Amino acid sequence: MTEQVHIAHAPTSFIRKYIFSTDHKVIGLQYFFLALVAALTGMVMSLLIRLRLAWPTEQWPLLEQIFPEGFKGGLMQPEFYLALVTMHGTMMVFMVLTTAPQSGFGNYFLPIQIGARDMAFPVLNALSFWITLLSFLVLTASLFVAGGSSLGGWTFYPTLSAIPSTGPGQGLGADLWIISIALFCIASLLGALNFLTTTLNMRAQGMSLMRMPLTCWGWFTTAMIALLAFPVLLAGGILLLLDRNLGTSFFNPGGLSVSGTLIPGGGGSPLLWQHLFWFFGHPEVYIAILPGMGATSHILSNFARKPVFGYRAMVVAMFAIGLLGFFVWGHHMFISGMNPRVAIAFSVLTLVIGVPSAIKTFNWLGTLWGARIRFTSPMLFAIGFVSLFVAGGVTGLVLGQTALDVVFHDTHFVTGHFHLIMGVAAIFGIFAATYYWFPKMFGRMMNEPLGKLHFWLTFIGVYAIFVPFHILGIAGHPRRYADSTGYEFLRALDPLHVFITVAAFATAAAQIVFLFNFFWSLWKGKQASDNPWEATTLEWTIATPPPHDNFGAHEPIVQHGPYEYAVPGAAKDYTMQTEP
Amino acid sequence: MDGTKLSTASWQGGASPFAIGHKKLGMWLFIVSDSLTFGALLMGYAYARLAADVWPKPFPFFPSIVFATVMTFCLLSSSLTMVFAVQASARGQRQPMVRWLLATIALGVLFVVLHLIEWNHLLGEGLSPFSVPATWGANASPLFGATFFTITGLHMLHVLSGVIYLGVTAVRKRATHEDVEISGLYWHFVDLVWMFVFPLIYLLSIK
Repeated sequence: MTEQVHIAHAPTSFIRKYIFSTDHKVIGLQYFFLALVAALTGMVMSLLIRLRLAWPTEQWPLLEQIFPEGFKGGLMQPEFYLALVTMHGTMMVFMVLTTAPQSGFGNYFLPIQIGARDMAFPVLNALSFWITLLSFLVLTASLFVAGGSSLGGWTFYPTLSAIPSTGPGQGLGADLWIISIALFCIASLLGALNFLTTTLNMRAQGMSLMRMPLTCWGWFTTAMIALLAFPVLLAGGILLLLDRNLGTSFFNPGGLSVSGTLIPGGGGSPLLWQHLFWFFGHPEVYIAILPGMGATSHILSNFARKPVFGYRAMVVAMFAIGLLGFFVWGHHMFISGMNPRVAIAFSVLTLVIGVPSAIKTFNWLGTLWGARIRFTSPMLFAIGFVSLFVAGGVTGLVLGQTALDVVFHDTHFVTGHFHLIMGVAAIFGIFAATYYWFPKMFGRMMNEPLGKLHFWLTFIGVYAIFVPFHILGIAGHPRRYADSTGYEFLRALDPLHVFITVAAFATAAAQIVFLFNFFWSLWKGKQASDNPWEATTLEWTIATPPPHDNFGAHEPIVQHGPYEYAVPGAAKDYTMQTEP
Repeated sequence: MDGTKLSTASWQGGASPFAIGHKKLGMWLFIVSDSLTFGALLMGYAYARLAADVWPKPFPFFPSIVFATVMTFCLLSSSLTMVFAVQASARGQRQPMVRWLLATIALGVLFVVLHLIEWNHLLGEGLSPFSVPATWGANASPLFGATFFTITGLHMLHVLSGVIYLGVTAVRKRATHEDVEISGLYWHFVDLVWMFVFPLIYLLSIK
């Protein structure tokens, strides 16, 4: 019966099935692989950045052959360094951290976990992916145009970004950056709209909101944030494009000169961009991390064989984080000359986010407390997520205080902070989700010993990279400087830079273990059963890999909450959501 | 155990908490999102205006404000005709529905034409996205033109998209009552945006 429905509806041609598909699972995988390519690109860029920071005067003749402009004379040019920093940040934040956890795993598993056959708007869903791909291609193209990529950093502050004559990548490269991000905004808000409608309207019988897995709550909250944050960045992008191409001066205060040439226009304010950007930019941090929180909660409960501690508190905390995220953008601008009274307000609101964050952390620990934990690869990465979230979060409390931020602003302390919490923690969420759902997506298990090896190397590696960043920052090392050799007080830190770079290369090498495991398991991995982790949610009730319409002829009817592990009196230690 | 017995186990599936279809919910969400785009631009406008030393107030009551009021009247009337179109569609009367939609489109086009005439007039006076006419005073903020053309331009783009959208709805034989209603949501939203633009950009800048 299931088979018949499946055959009747599934597209058969290769192109309809795998390329121009409207199946949420295929689109999810498309997003996933796009993010994988972007992550590897971004990682290579970070390694080049590290080379320059560890050995600023070293000649790299081999690299000169690959990047004749960037490594002119074998030495990495400062402009190339800044272009790499910009592209690394943009690639990672938009194309990896926003794309993989939400659009990738969310697309694949949100409809299945709520018992739907597809997203609410399948064609719009496909359109979102293709716009995202176009955005990625436009961004990548900026590497290859005359002058190369923009030097503006991922925050793209004017006036540098608003004036095309400020550097080699500030012409076409910067325009392409803005166009790419504008496209990404449109794709993301269309995707968010789709996620919200799907979650609200397409839940199966018995799947009340409070029976949704926490993963779904993570995606739902993230979609709400994306729906409200991306249009503001879109507006900022439009203004910046007009400034650059139509001669408006929204961000140009006037009286600027570049290399002795007076820049026309005036009357605007670069702070306007900072407001618009960070109104998006701070919620964006939660767009990156909330799906990881959802996946972590889900996986911790699964392998602790216990219900999530404080399910309702988890949901409320996620909403609180999402909501508060919209009222703290000013903490990125403490040194912009804002009124100290306003700064205090932003500071207090920022610190308040520590409360729901702590609720989540303690609930995770409560879930683990006294459990017979199964230390599988996804579980290790989920525990790693908690560790990194705490480690990155506490420095957030440091930076949220105006007095300290005035000192730490634009130092490597900030770099260390956001890499731990936004970068690596979110990446650990992605890894946990990948190891966890790989059997369902591809029908095979990933190799466990290799997964554990990958975890330990990466876990130790990322701490070895990013803890020293905090030390650099406390010592006063500024970020974004291609060359700090002129600063005598930073010379003592040179060995630390070398240490970080070595750790970065080692951690990058550890990702080869992951890639090998991933692609090897894709074809040679052990066949997965329908429910290899003995989990409870709907995706584990259906065939592996899931058929085109997910549930075949039978609509799922949900009888239980999402985390009924170790229910007293039950026959086995987990009760699936559809069990009577 | 937590989370299992917390809420209505009586959920029967289907489309609710809001009891509206996918498309209508999707349009509402789009409107929320789009209003944030306009909101951001209007905040930018407020920011520029407050930060400026001298913000020009160039619009005399006649003809500028009267002209803009006529434009506003066009757009408001188009919302009324849209309501009639939705009503006709609710009664299942296709012909009147199409006629009211065409009236809405006509008023929308009239709005755009009047708007372009006004733009042309202002451009002729010397206002541009990057400068204001010298007669408006030496220190007048050049951001007047920038914000004016950006915000009204984006709004005009929305009106034009709406005209096309309504045209497609009118022509499509398969358009259901819900489809007409949803296109109406969009149209009213575009109208509503103008109700913010008109006082903030025009009425606050009366000479």
